[in-house]
Amino acid sequence: MANLVVDAKGLACPMPIVKAKKGIDTLEPGQTMELQTTDKGSMKDFQAWVNQTNHELVEAREDSGVFTFVVKKGS
Amino acid sequence: MDVNKEKSTIVLFSGELDKAIAAFIIANGAAAYDHEVTIFFTFWGLNALRKDESAFVKKGWLERMFAKMMPRGADKLGLSRMNFGGIGPKMIKHVMKKHNALTLPQLIELAQEQGVKLVACTMTMDLLGLQQEELLDGIEYAGVAAYLGDAADAKVNLFI
Repeated sequence: MANLVVDAKGLACPMPIVKAKKGIDTLEPGQTMELQTTDKGSMKDFQAWVNQTNHELVEAREDSGVFTFVVKKGS
Repeated sequence: MDVNKEKSTIVLFSGELDKAIAAFIIANGAAAYDHEVTIFFTFWGLNALRKDESAFVKKGWLERMFAKMMPRGADKLGLSRMNFGGIGPKMIKHVMKKHNALTLPQLIELAQEQGVKLVACTMTMDLLGLQQEELLDGIEYAGVAAYLGDAADAKVNLFI
């Protein structure tokens, strides 16, 4: 189970990334955040975001239009 | 301030709704990337920072004319294309609401909440007759040297 679940379903750019950032700021390094979105650009967005920050993308999947990402907070 | 933080700067020169929305979406995204973000507002871009209510300030005749002719605030900006005397922005705002996108005033508020530095160019404020009382609270005032100082350290510098 993730330490924090962030629901950004139905929200348009840039809200998913802003909510992700706000969510991860509340966690300690090593804790995980599960993020759900429906924005079609999410897959590329979160891969890019995780690449540029210290966090790790543990899981990324799509299920009938809902994207779920599990991100582990870096130090 | 954290010296290791990445930086991004945007110059918002245009005073049109579509361009201001693009600038604020990028700024909010960059803030979510944990960048130190600065938007410099110059010329028509300053209109995005105007308060919607009028402030009582003393102005010369030319400055009063500018104040009358320029859009007062984020909600009054026109579109760069397909403005159709104000119908275009209404359509865009309607469609944005339908798609659950934030309005420009909400994007500005979010940017301020995320610590995006909003800087008004004081030289062009003088030219257009805009005074601090007429612009949003919590913004900074500076000139070209401050912009270059931030831009020189930034990998992303946009002119919109």
